[in-house]
Amino acid sequence: MSQSTEAEVGISTTAERQAVTSQPGATPGRDWVIVTRGIKREYDMGGEIVRALRGVDIAIRRNEYVAIMGPSGSGKSTLMNLIGCLDTPTAGEYWLNGNLVSSMKDDELARIRNKEIGFVFQTFNLLPRATALHNVELPLVYAGMSAKQRRETAAYALERVQLTSRMHHKPNELSGGQRQRVAIARALVNSPSILLADEPTGNLDSATSSEIMKVFEELAEQGQTVIMVTHEADIAAHARRVVALHDGQVSSDTRRERFVRENEHIIAAKK
Amino acid sequence: MLFFESIRLALNTIRAQKLKSFFTLLGVCIGVMFLIAVVSIVEGMGRYMEQDLIGKLIGVNSFELRHRPNINMGDVDPSVWESYRRRPRLYHDDVAPVVDALPAGTRWAYVSDNSLPVSSRYSSGPRNAQISAVDGDFFAIRKFVIAEGRDFTPQELAMGTPVVIVGPDIVKRLFPGLSAIGRELKMGGLPYTVVGVLETQGSAFGLSFDNQVFAPWQSPVHRLLNRVPSIVDAVIIQVPTASQMTEAQERVRQVMRTRHKLRPGQPDNFSLQTSESALAFWNKLKRYLVLAGVALPAIGLVVGAIVIMNIMLVAVAERTREIGIRKALGARRVDIMSQFLIEAATLSTVGAAVGIALGVGLAKVIAAISPLPATVAPWSIVVGVALGAGVGIISGVYPASRASMLDPIAALRQE
Repeated sequence: MSQSTEAEVGISTTAERQAVTSQPGATPGRDWVIVTRGIKREYDMGGEIVRALRGVDIAIRRNEYVAIMGPSGSGKSTLMNLIGCLDTPTAGEYWLNGNLVSSMKDDELARIRNKEIGFVFQTFNLLPRATALHNVELPLVYAGMSAKQRRETAAYALERVQLTSRMHHKPNELSGGQRQRVAIARALVNSPSILLADEPTGNLDSATSSEIMKVFEELAEQGQTVIMVTHEADIAAHARRVVALHDGQVSSDTRRERFVRENEHIIAAKK
Repeated sequence: MLFFESIRLALNTIRAQKLKSFFTLLGVCIGVMFLIAVVSIVEGMGRYMEQDLIGKLIGVNSFELRHRPNINMGDVDPSVWESYRRRPRLYHDDVAPVVDALPAGTRWAYVSDNSLPVSSRYSSGPRNAQISAVDGDFFAIRKFVIAEGRDFTPQELAMGTPVVIVGPDIVKRLFPGLSAIGRELKMGGLPYTVVGVLETQGSAFGLSFDNQVFAPWQSPVHRLLNRVPSIVDAVIIQVPTASQMTEAQERVRQVMRTRHKLRPGQPDNFSLQTSESALAFWNKLKRYLVLAGVALPAIGLVVGAIVIMNIMLVAVAERTREIGIRKALGARRVDIMSQFLIEAATLSTVGAAVGIALGVGLAKVIAAISPLPATVAPWSIVVGVALGAGVGIISGVYPASRASMLDPIAALRQE
């Protein structure tokens, strides 16, 4: 990735730059939970090649709270799918918690998703016919945990998001905020390396949104790595680091303080 | 745990969508129902044939010397019939040499029979009945029990006294409301005194075994039964144990070959009929019946399989998002695949279970309203359940593999 200069890629520190640009194929250090080296994703849309990602370099440390921001069409959904191991890049390397994910097959990816990633979706994506507890148990089912242990672990995860009392309710008996908290409990239940949230407040009103953002804040403080994909600056401003995407490339990578300073007018307008 | 969850999910679906499930499972249900019913009836007939009918016709550890087999329910070749027709008959003179050749302890009897009119002065008009002229241990070999009166005495048998033992149907028809013992009936214009009445033997396929009259062979009645009065229809031989069957048959064969002046190499021109030889025909018939009993339900099962496959395809389409969620949370292809396979198998097995219950019911109803007996074979229930699960799995393979191949991103995007 010789063309990856600091100006273009916007990597904020030397350490991060080194993690990315060290020997291709080299396992990143233990500190780095995510390292991508020039990942590209191209789609063949009936003969026309669409370049959704044109070489993205990101390095994220354990315990970081990162927002990935960008307008629609910037490639942030594609990046989220790649980071979430739902998809593999057409070129480049993706290291997740020391695993070279970019070259994995479907079933290996499923294992990685199960062990390393906790998803929180905009539309919650809970199973409508299952209770909150059962929804939270689901990742443990695929991890092969015994029924009794599963129940205890899931109940504890629900306790962490203060939903013990709603454990046996189905999603349609819960409010939007409660549903998202069930989804967060489900994401956390396997103690994943990263909590990956895709527009987690997109379907929530502002009061509920800030309630959910507070949950993320607390999790980050407890040491959970959180990666949040959003197009809203005020939501992104909750993270401690903001990576902005534009046209399939990283356009800026800044600490929260600088991001807030630069986007003050947008954030203020929202409030 | 995924296994039980999938079963529970399938049962929930059935509970939630009763009408849809009913139509989904109809094919499998009907297929299994007919399978169970047909197999039960064939099985019942088989048991009846093996235990009752053949035993009643021939007796245990016994064989019959006849000029040709009398139990020919199968498709006998016309040329075989022709050779049967040319065979010499057995005559009364043959009996003594045959009987003399038998090992010690062997029981024997001989019999001629025909259907003839019988009348009495206690009822109007003659009735047709099965008339047999017998000698020897006939009732003992056939296990006929005399319910009222007595057996023939050796003197009666030797002298040919005009006495008869009759079946209960004869009593009902010729002596309505009366005791038959000591009363007279007429055959061929001659009077015969009833000395005994047999226990009822029941009926098979609407044919009564109780409409019978037995008289000593030496009595005048034997002249009515065959064109040549000295013809004997059958010599019945019963050995004490099954192991002596072959030896006894071989001795009888040698005596008869000598009497019929057969050269070595010439085939026998008489028959030694055992219960096995009669059963052989039944076993052949049974194969066809079971084949038919399997072919017809198979159509139901194929239809059932297609319906289940379609329903599962719809289920996969409806639950694309669920599949996406499960995949995102770490379900591998095999997890998704087995979930839908188990679901299809559960659906189908429930259908099969209902079919088994209905089939058993149907068999019982048929047994109750028709002369066909029915016995539910345990193996047919096992086969029914296995078929249900099998049909479900086969019809679930395609939908399940489609579900397992879904791209999680596209699946999650689905509304």
